[in-house]
Amino acid sequence: MSGSGAGALYWSEKQGARLDRLEQLLALRYSHLTRERRRQPLNDALILHVEAAQLRETMRLLHDDAELDFKLLIDLAGVHYPDRARPLEVVYQLLSVHHNHRLRVKVALDEGDVVPSMTVVWGNASWYEREVYEMFGILFSGHPDLRRLLTDYDFDGYPLRKDFPVEGRVEVRYDPGLKRVVQEPTQLSVPNREFYGRQRS
Amino acid sequence: MGMIEEVTRQVDDRGFMLTSVDTLVNWARTSSMWPMTFGLACCAVEMMQAGASRYDLDRFGIVFRGSPRQSDVMIVAGTLTNKMAPVLRKLYEQMPEPRWVISMGSCANGGGYYHYGYATVRGCDRIVPVDVYVPGCPPTAEALLYGILQLHKKIHRVGTLSSGWGEV
Repeated sequence: MSGSGAGALYWSEKQGARLDRLEQLLALRYSHLTRERRRQPLNDALILHVEAAQLRETMRLLHDDAELDFKLLIDLAGVHYPDRARPLEVVYQLLSVHHNHRLRVKVALDEGDVVPSMTVVWGNASWYEREVYEMFGILFSGHPDLRRLLTDYDFDGYPLRKDFPVEGRVEVRYDPGLKRVVQEPTQLSVPNREFYGRQRS
Repeated sequence: MGMIEEVTRQVDDRGFMLTSVDTLVNWARTSSMWPMTFGLACCAVEMMQAGASRYDLDRFGIVFRGSPRQSDVMIVAGTLTNKMAPVLRKLYEQMPEPRWVISMGSCANGGGYYHYGYATVRGCDRIVPVDVYVPGCPPTAEALLYGILQLHKKIHRVGTLSSGWGEV
């Protein structure tokens, strides 16, 4: 990465050298895993591709190893790629405060695959995993309390999947006859606009 | 001549008292509208500004209450989600009659920015009957104050001693 351009504001040679060192360390410890160095305009990213079966031991080592020392789980997110052979993915963003280096870990998943829960390594993984579960329908084994987190108690479907209609399948209103709030199929008086030639299924 | 003599003279002279009682009742109701604090999103911050020293809702006899049982008006300030809708309805039903609802901001009026979302109620009037809609995203504190004064006007215009009882 050259030190010129807008990226120089955020990305220094020192950070590049730090990432190089982390990459060498990972090459030693995880020679069997796929590594990816992504060159980006503002910063570089180091990505580790892990299979779900190896995830728990890999993460445990990333957390415990003094030279890697990823004590902080910054974020845990799900992604849906409908065109891929394995359409789902869980992405972990890790940070070592001590060494000031970052790592991204990706787990590709098939429909119905179960991912081991990372709550035993990082306590804050609990709510992230609950959110990924409710938004993408990805199950986490060993999670202490895998309930939905944000959506309505009886919500049906996984709203961040690409095939989920953005307006939802149901909407609510108060029924004066039944004297309670009822759910009905969504009926929009003005349809949503089509952007970028998006096709509606 | 005192008020009582004036009232007595009018009853004796013209024989109708209803309007006067309504006026009296409306005057009493509009002079102490206690809103239920229902801040759901960023509109709540503007609602707080309206209650703070610059616009000072206290001088209209408006005191925010934390309980629906002590409230006359509910200010729905923010995005109403599907999950919150039954709670909003329940709290509305716990308010003593007569009661009013002010819908504050685009989200409460019709879903606003989240109109095409899967978790948003497209207007809080699907859940509770609304008296005044205050537009804006978020409305300024002045706009909310104007909405409250519009509700005062509405009560003076259509309010009677018996209105607002036993309605849905």
